[in-house]
Amino acid sequence: MSGEPLLSIKGLKVHFPTSSGGLFGATRPLKAVDGVDFDVFPGETLGIVGESGSGKSTIGRAVLQLIKPTAGTVAWLGTNIAGFTRAQMKSRRREMQIVFQDPLASLNPRMTAGDIIAEPLDTFEPQIKADERKARVQEMMAKVGLLPQMINRYPHEFSGGQNQRIGIARAMILKPKLIVADEPVSSLDVSIRAQIINLLADLQKEMGVALIFISHDLAVVRHVSHRVLVLYLGKVMEIAESQVLLSRPRHPYTQALLSAAPVPDPEVERGKKRLLIEGDLPSPLDPPSGCVFRTRCPKAQAQCAQDIPALEPRGGASDHLVACLFPD
Amino acid sequence: MTSVLAVKDLAVSFATPEGAVAAVDGVSFSVEKGECVGIVGESGSGKSQTFMAVMGLLATNGKATGSIKFQDQELVGMKIDKLNKIRGSKMCMIFQDPMTSLTPHLKISRQLTEVLVLHKGMSERDARAKAVQMLDRVKIPDAKRRLDQYPHEFSGGMRQRVMIAMALICEPQLLIADEPSTALDVTVQAQILELMQELRSQGDMSIVMITHDLGVVAGLCNRVMVMYAGAFCETAGVDDIFHDPQHPYARGLVGSIPRLDRPGEARLTAIRGQPPNLQHLPMGCTFQERCDFVFERCIAERPALSTFAPERAKACHLKGFDKEGKVVR
Repeated sequence: MSGEPLLSIKGLKVHFPTSSGGLFGATRPLKAVDGVDFDVFPGETLGIVGESGSGKSTIGRAVLQLIKPTAGTVAWLGTNIAGFTRAQMKSRRREMQIVFQDPLASLNPRMTAGDIIAEPLDTFEPQIKADERKARVQEMMAKVGLLPQMINRYPHEFSGGQNQRIGIARAMILKPKLIVADEPVSSLDVSIRAQIINLLADLQKEMGVALIFISHDLAVVRHVSHRVLVLYLGKVMEIAESQVLLSRPRHPYTQALLSAAPVPDPEVERGKKRLLIEGDLPSPLDPPSGCVFRTRCPKAQAQCAQDIPALEPRGGASDHLVACLFPD
Repeated sequence: MTSVLAVKDLAVSFATPEGAVAAVDGVSFSVEKGECVGIVGESGSGKSQTFMAVMGLLATNGKATGSIKFQDQELVGMKIDKLNKIRGSKMCMIFQDPMTSLTPHLKISRQLTEVLVLHKGMSERDARAKAVQMLDRVKIPDAKRRLDQYPHEFSGGMRQRVMIAMALICEPQLLIADEPSTALDVTVQAQILELMQELRSQGDMSIVMITHDLGVVAGLCNRVMVMYAGAFCETAGVDDIFHDPQHPYARGLVGSIPRLDRPGEARLTAIRGQPPNLQHLPMGCTFQERCDFVFERCIAERPALSTFAPERAKACHLKGFDKEGKVVR
């Protein structure tokens, strides 16, 4: 990727205070995101993949300042927006939008599809005339594959896939520069999932919007993303172009993720040697010392418990970053 | 050879304020000894309700008709106390959510040994020993100590292992697994699937794997049945389903999954539209509104599941698809 990044994240930390018990118990931080750096370039899709508790959704929300970062900078077109007030953020919001996982829960049940999709317009272009508003909503509906005559229907009259289309239309109507899509297809059925994935790809091509695509499903992330960031316990393990990440993963965690994902092909599955990693994700309240992945890593050595591996370029490519003391 | 499970013309309907909904519409199939059958379908396709009917676990407004024979015993209409002797001991089911299927205020020792004491008349002590042995078998480390813990002390993956141990403890002939790994993280899912594979190779227990994820089926099952709108649309051996699917819906499903092992392909072949409303099914084929190859006969007449090659059946009026994927009418 070349040119100026749209979004540049440096040292992003999001810690949530939690009580350690008792009425006067001291609080201790839950480090949901703990020192994350990455850039997003105009028009690209950055995939963020991680298991539950890895902090992937928290990053998405911190980018949009829906959660205040504890530390670090979130530079939007060169300006640090971390710590912006609501009023200061408002002018930026029309350029950055979000699509949520649960389509029905993220739409107001008492508003019609048309009003939901027009809400960003009402906020940012209140002077717009009624007929132009309707025309723009219907144009957007057609773009996301909804029939324009459905404009007066309510969310409960739509299926899950259609509701997700409404959510996407709402996010797209102001022609933003960036959309954070947080597990946008996880709650949808397989056949509908492919429709939404294709729709996002088409809209990106047409409108040139950058996407941060957050998912636990590596196959989906790989399919939609130009670059993929692998997250584990609030830290970046590996970032690379999606093709490179797939063919030449260097971090043991990425390798394990790739090997764990079931492939819909019996021959491949039978011939596959699974690289199983033991156990579950450790609690982010009490992360391991040194490298956070070491407790489940098949290659862990004594040094891994002491030194925190830095995210560094590996394998001769400046855009393939790996945080591992003993990478492949 | 008698089948472990033989289902004939099973229909499940639910009484709702808007009238009856036919969730399962006359399905017939069998599960043979030692085989692993995958049931694939989207939500609302009837895949779970078919097996809830088998287990006699339908909701109170649900009604099953037809015939379900487990080792030649008819289960439809069987008295509950007689049914209880079969389910939970000879035929077991594990569910998607391991948290809500364990009783939170009982130690897992109690939950594991109960079946043994109840079904097999074992002493408390023998049952405990057997429980430890089972936890070992599903690879729960430090089984002896963990036996006296409560469900909340286990992680999601470990809880699912406890559920599997519980299902296996009476050494059933049939294990029905309803999306056992869907709620789990990818790395934990891989552990559970590995465990299922091991269990499969160890004995002659039959496994039914209900899932929406074709990837899960590929590695585990030898036969796959694809369900759509309450009926089977294609049944075949696992290789045929993935490499040469003959029903347009099965083809669509296989084509709509992004694949990690096949880089570069640009677009997924999505199935257009959405699953039909079970209350307003069309007269002809239930897939007609989403099918790219629909013709007059599909609208007039619903295709029955019929055998077109050894061990292969489909419910479609088309002749099929050739090797290049071109439709043959």
